[in-house]
This record gives sequence, C-alpha cells and structure tokens, in this order.
Amino acid sequence: MEASKLPGFLLRRMVKAAIVVLAIVVCNFLLVHAAPGDPASVIAGQSGVADAVFLEQLRRQFGLDQPLYVQLWIYLKSVLSLDLGFSHRQQAPVAQLVLERLPATLLLTGAAFAFALAAGVTLGALAAQRVGRWADSVITVVALTFYATPLFWVGLMLVLVFSVWLEWLPSFGMSSVGVEMQGLEVVWDVAQHLLLPALTLGLFYLAVYARLTRATMLEVADQDFVKTARAKGVPEGRILRAHVLRNALLPVITFAGIQAGQLLGGSILVETVFAWPGIGRLAFEALLARDYPVLLGVFFCTSVMVVLFNLLTDLLYAVIDPRVEVAG
Amino acid sequence: MRDFWRRFRRNKGAVVGLVILLLVVVLAATAPWLFPGSPWDMAGAPFSPPGEMGMLLGTDSLGRDVAAGIAHGARISLLVGAVSTVAALLVGVTLGAVAGYLGGFVDDAVMRFTEFFQTIPSFVLAILLVAIFTPSIGSVVFAIAIVSWPPVARVVRAEFLSLRGREFVQAAEVLGKSRLSIVLTDILPNALSPIVVLSSLMVASAILLESALSFLGLGDPNLMTWGFLIGSGRSVIRLAWWMSVFPGVAIFLTVLALNLVGEGLSDALNPRLARQRGGAA
Repeated sequence: MEASKLPGFLLRRMVKAAIVVLAIVVCNFLLVHAAPGDPASVIAGQSGVADAVFLEQLRRQFGLDQPLYVQLWIYLKSVLSLDLGFSHRQQAPVAQLVLERLPATLLLTGAAFAFALAAGVTLGALAAQRVGRWADSVITVVALTFYATPLFWVGLMLVLVFSVWLEWLPSFGMSSVGVEMQGLEVVWDVAQHLLLPALTLGLFYLAVYARLTRATMLEVADQDFVKTARAKGVPEGRILRAHVLRNALLPVITFAGIQAGQLLGGSILVETVFAWPGIGRLAFEALLARDYPVLLGVFFCTSVMVVLFNLLTDLLYAVIDPRVEVAG
Repeated sequence: MRDFWRRFRRNKGAVVGLVILLLVVVLAATAPWLFPGSPWDMAGAPFSPPGEMGMLLGTDSLGRDVAAGIAHGARISLLVGAVSTVAALLVGVTLGAVAGYLGGFVDDAVMRFTEFFQTIPSFVLAILLVAIFTPSIGSVVFAIAIVSWPPVARVVRAEFLSLRGREFVQAAEVLGKSRLSIVLTDILPNALSPIVVLSSLMVASAILLESALSFLGLGDPNLMTWGFLIGSGRSVIRLAWWMSVFPGVAIFLTVLALNLVGEGLSDALNPRLARQRGGAA
C-alpha cells in the first residue's frame, strides 16, 4: 500500500474499534440491568457481603436513583477512566486484579498461538505437497478429531498421560512452589509448566490452520505467477517459500484475527484445568464466588484485547499485501 | 429423496456418523429403563474401577454409577443441542432474511450488529449470561443461542441476496404476492440446504459449549450432564481416571458423529460443491 494512504486507513480502523469498545461497555451495562432484581443487589449478589455500605457504594457507582440514560453515562465514564468497579470478595479494584493476571494469559495464549501457527502451517504445507498421500490423510483425521474434542478434556487427558502416568511434566500452576531458583532455572521451570496448557490450547488451532494452509496453498499454486516463476527456472524450494507460502499465509492471518476471541475463551477452560494463574482462572474463581464485577471486568478486558488484536492483524495485512483494499 | 440417500451413502464417514448418532439417541431414549432411578443415587462403593462391583464404567467419589450418568447425560446433551440450535436458527434466519431481502440501510445495520457479536469473545459472553441469569437449563439454552446465531444470519443473508433478483422471485412480485409470503414460500425453501448443513454443525458445537459450561459448574444443578461428570472428575484424576475419561469419549463420539453427518448432508444437498471439493481440495 502507498505510505500516504496508511494513516487514513489506520484512523478508520481505530474509529471502528472505538465504536466496538463502546458497544461492549453498553452491553455490560445492559447485562447488569437485564438481570432479575436490583442491579446493586445482583452485583453484590451471592458474594455474601451485601452490607448497606457496599450497596450504597454500588448505587452511587451506577447512579441507580437516576434515569437509565444518566446511569449509562455514569457507567461509561467510570469504565472509560479504567474504573471497572471493586471486588468486595477480593478487596481490590477489578482493574488491578485483571491487570495482575494479564501477563500469564498473554504468555499462554501467545505460546499456544505461536505453536499452532508454526506447526499448522508446516503440516498444511506438507499436505499440499503430497495431496492424497498419508500426510494428507493424517491431517484430515487430526482436524476431524480436534474439531470434536472438548478443549478441557484434552487438557485432562494430557495431565493423565504426562503428569499422572509418565510423571514427566507438572500438572498445575505456573512455577514450582517452595523452590529457590534464579535466572535460567526460572525460565526452564515456567517453560515446563507452560508446555501442557499451551499444547492443549494450541492443538485445536493447529488443525484449523493446517486445513486452511493446505487449501489456500493448493489454490495459489495454480496461479499464473507461480507458473511464470517455474518457467523462469526458479528452484522449486524457493517458489514454495517466496511465492506460494507467502501468499497462502494471508488468509491464515485473517482467520487468526477472527479467532482471537475464541482463543481467549478457550484459555478460561485451559487455565481452569491447569490452575494457570491468568484471567481465565480469575474468571473461574469469580464464577465460583459469584463475583460479578470481576466477571464483567474479564468480559470487558478480553473483548478489548480481541479488538486490539484485530487492529493489529489489519495493520499486518496492509503491510504484507500491497493489494489490500484500503477503502474498507 | 432416493437420490439424496444415494448421495449421502456415498460418503462412508457420514454413514458411520449416522450410525453412532442413532446409537446415542437410543441410549438417551432408553436411559430410564437401562439405568432406572436417579443417576445421582449411590449405586456402589466410591471409586470402584470399571468392571468391578458390576459397574461397567466404574463409580465416582460418591459411589454414583458413571455409566448411568453418561446415559442420562445423553438426554440433556441432545436436548440442549437441539433446542438451542432451533432458537439460534430462529434469530439467525429472521435477521439474515431481513438483511438480505431488504438490503440497503437495514442490511448494513444488521450486518454491523452481526459483526459485533462475532468479535466479542463468545464463550466469555455465554459464561456471563448463564452466571447472571442463574444456571438452569433455560439460561444455558438461551446463552448458547445468543452466541451461535451470527453464522446463520450471514449464510441466510448471502442466499437471500443472490435469490432476491432471480426470475421466479420477480415473477412472484409481479403476481402481487405480499413480501412476507414471497420470503416464506419462494425464497426460504430455496435457501434451505445450506441452513440444514449448518444446523447439524451447530448442534455439534452447542453440545461442546454446553459441556464446557457445565464443566465450569454452570450447568443446571438438578440435571446430570457430561460436562458435570468431567468437572467432578477433574480434582480426583489421580485416583479415578475413569470418571473423566468416559464422559469425554461420549462427547467426542457424539460431536464427531454430528460433524460427519454434516459433511454427508453437505455432499448430498450440494452435489456440485461436493464434486468440486473432491477435485480441488
């Protein structure tokens, strides 16, 4: 894309992203009000601490004595100033709780995504090279299997095999408890804890990316510029890397952007299985305690992350593919 | 119909899927006779391994029969899968039809709305919905329907867009038929086959979603579900692997069967597409 058009394109995307974030806040607000009963008592809910002071504080936060549109305005203002409410259960602001847990979730989803992308694209490329042969059939079977398996169950089975029976890897947490470690030892310890959860989360997407890569590579391989390159005598390996794979990656990137929300949703299940201390685990704990402010905060935070990720893939797309439609 | 069955049968996987699915349906239907009494009742000693004490698949931490739980859970999984798919279809088909038939501003508005629902993390939204409206079979169905309609709306809109300009629709318009009757009797029947294929896949993902919700403890507290069984086996996996292994296999087989049937339906309803797929991909 021409450099001059990039800022305008980015600006439009950012406006769109901002609208989506606003809509999410409104959605959160409506959820609280759609619930049966007084919103304040819903939020205080079964947290068992519905004392008068807390209810009063909630009523003030939402402005419950005001008309609905004023309440929405008050709520919007507080959320946009990153005040996501207060968790009475944990005696801490929700924003702080979420931010504390964010790095662990980013590490987990990032590792799962990197693994799924690398292995998925490799497998897909292999299958496209050998259509109808065994590598091809293996991918079809693997994809079918992981489309049909519940994520949390895959996690449990991996724990059963690698932690309980083989005793190779730890089954819960992010680091060993009560062991003095420093430097590389810490990295190695976290990596060992990370392996199973990241594998669990990544396997499903591995299947998805492998199928997608295979399909687009077969499509691209038929196009004229590939034939031209072949006619020029470009070595086959270079054609594959520089011409076919590069173009086949674009749909995979788009798809990854679309699926960012699913990846984060999946991390709730995986973090629950492996007691991984991220926002998914936070959501599960909040669920058990019926700590609604935290749940709403997690929903807001994951939604914003998806929006940011989509913005990033749009940008990446525009940089990689010069033909990209800048009007959208 | 004969033709349809012939094309469906050509896909071996689809036939296997159909057989598995029928077995699950039979299991669900006969659960009260196969395993009389409540699946919540104690049936043997706690933590009996499979095959011992007359328990085919073992017992859980409270001595409940895992096999009985799976059989009774099949009823809930199939019920939730079917009902929430019907609900999602109602929303998705209505919105998609309105957007595709009317076009213009309405189309734009509906598609933005659909996009929004596809952007937000649907599983997190489903958790939030069930938690706020308190876990029950109703709120679970509602939450699953809310997060599964967007693909339907998209497919139906695309079909309506392409069918709207066709001659038989124009003919109906010239004849003075009302818009509603054109949509219901002329366009919708012609858009049915992608909807049918999509709905079999939706039942599959609804079952997965339901199991994930009840795994997190968001199932109906009075109903035995597969997700609940796995969830209760999670903390004792070192003691009793069978508690989480077998219900998971049940989910896997059911969802796999539905996906295979979906592929078979797609082959049988869109013979042209099937041939293309066989050739190029």
